[in-house]
Amino acid sequence: MSKTIIQVNQLRKDFYVGEITVHALRGVNLEIREGEFVAIMGTSGSGKSTMLNILGCLDKPTSGSYFLDGISMGELSKNELAALRNIKLGFVFQSYNLLSRTTALENVELPLFYNSKIKSKERRERAEAALEAVGLTDRMHHMPNQLSGGQQQRVAIARSLVNDPVVILADEATGNLDTRTSFEIMALLQDLNQKGKTIVFVTHEADIAKFMTRQVVFRDGHIIREELVTNRNNAVELLKNLPLEELV
Amino acid sequence: MNYINSMKIALNALKRNKFRSFLTMLGIIIGVASVIVMLAIGQGSKKSIQDQMASMGTNLIFAMPGSEQKGGVRMGSSDAQNMKLSDIDAIEKDCPAISDVSPEVRASGQAVNGNQNWPTTIYGVNNKYFSIRKYTIGTGRSFSENEIQTYAKVCLVGQTVVENLFGKNDPIGQSVRFKNIPLLIIGVLGEKGENGMGQDQDDLVIAPYTTVQKRILAITHIQSIAASAVSESQNNAAITQITRSLRNSHKIKEGAEDDFRVRSQSEMVQTFSSISDIMTVLLGAISGISLLVGGIGIMNIMYVSVTERTREIGLRLSVGGRGNDILLQFLIESILLSVFGGVIGISLGILATQLMSSVMNWPVVITTISVVMAFLVCSAIGIFFGWYPARKAASLNPIDALRYE
Repeated sequence: MSKTIIQVNQLRKDFYVGEITVHALRGVNLEIREGEFVAIMGTSGSGKSTMLNILGCLDKPTSGSYFLDGISMGELSKNELAALRNIKLGFVFQSYNLLSRTTALENVELPLFYNSKIKSKERRERAEAALEAVGLTDRMHHMPNQLSGGQQQRVAIARSLVNDPVVILADEATGNLDTRTSFEIMALLQDLNQKGKTIVFVTHEADIAKFMTRQVVFRDGHIIREELVTNRNNAVELLKNLPLEELV
Repeated sequence: MNYINSMKIALNALKRNKFRSFLTMLGIIIGVASVIVMLAIGQGSKKSIQDQMASMGTNLIFAMPGSEQKGGVRMGSSDAQNMKLSDIDAIEKDCPAISDVSPEVRASGQAVNGNQNWPTTIYGVNNKYFSIRKYTIGTGRSFSENEIQTYAKVCLVGQTVVENLFGKNDPIGQSVRFKNIPLLIIGVLGEKGENGMGQDQDDLVIAPYTTVQKRILAITHIQSIAASAVSESQNNAAITQITRSLRNSHKIKEGAEDDFRVRSQSEMVQTFSSISDIMTVLLGAISGISLLVGGIGIMNIMYVSVTERTREIGLRLSVGGRGNDILLQFLIESILLSVFGGVIGISLGILATQLMSSVMNWPVVITTISVVMAFLVCSAIGIFFGWYPARKAASLNPIDALRYE
């Protein structure tokens, strides 16, 4: 039995907008184990973004417990949460969020700047290794505006890998990309997952969710469906079958 | 917290916006440069006044007749005749803080040599006058005690008089007529130049006071007393002692007004120095305002920069940057801007100052204090004006910041 990375019990999150209370999460239970590739699905307003924020230690739940890699985040201060994000988590965003006019390498180095234990030599080596893992060794010194969307997202994935996190949280990571590039990114993520990375991927696209091992569907702050993906798509094979004219 | 990393992050952020960083610094650069230049001009003019005053002798003390009452009528000081040669003897005896003292009688008129003439002033003094007024004897000699006793018709002339009466010829041994009295020139004074008020200090003839008293003016009183204190620090003691001695000699009763005035050169130096100090403060304040405007410029840009880089801040927070890391980054950015700007401004200010002194011949003095102060003020401006935007950046919520459009 692989170890539990994320353990969420009776998680609630309320927002107060003026005098109205919005119940974004109404008692969610979820367990994610090491090596899983989980799709969090749902329409907008279903609570999936709130869930991701809490999983990402960017927001605190109103009630309920959340253990990340055995650490209860409910008792942690703001600074301790930041340290936790720095060591345990990697983020991939829909809009890449790369620093402009900064080379791919420096972008990837960024999380390590906030870890004072890592010296500049190790920082450089780890960033290079992460870029190699996403197949961008020859683009290390390019600026984001010299890279395609897919390449930029690869840089962002390299950045999420560089601190060797226990889980990578991806928020609509293929939302800005065309089908072919999306598949390429999915191939990369599947490959990383194969090598043991735990990934949580928020999406509302059903066909993207089919690349993952498990789907968790949110609606109105509840998990309404949770199932293993039976006939899982393989991105590499799908890429091969993609009509050639889409290459143009 | 890791300061070195924060420094690197801030430096990278500034490098990404080189042109903007430069424009932001420009305000500080101009402000600092103008502070340096203005202070240099103020200090320079003060120093040049002080130097010129010092060339006249800083331990110089004058005593001249004040207002006098004769049978209830107050007399002007210029035609007062209350100073006597005996006053000089008394001062020599009574005043340990005075090293030299000389009577002074003056007459203005034409000095004539052959077909040349020149309007000048003849000073009748004793031979201590040269050291009191810091005159040197260029060529020839001073007059002797015997020549004073015998009202000898001898004199020394200043360079301006020499140029106008003798041209390139050696005046020693020749004679000059002053109010029809022929005086043998026995010496030429060394050149002294203009004093602080623009008076030519070389336009004079010096003769024994007895000669001027008896042969030219036909008077027995003296017009003023020139003395020098033992040292500059003894100035005040010397003034008190002269005052007491003169009151004694003039038999002025306790509580009655002095019939003379005593002035020292150092008082005048102080007066002029304080005038140029006020000028320095004024110039400094005006350029200080431009420094302030530069600081506000930094604040403005940092503020815009925080808004513009909201997503970057969100990203930094999400990958593990703490609020304090963000605060430090933005604070260091503004400090770097103002300190770099300060360094460039100081260099530019020094350069401009040198240019002024070499091209326009202005007297300028750059003091270490003004440079150090300008630098410290810059750093303070960086912290002061960077603080508010940095706080704003640090207090952003990572979720909102990441989603900011």
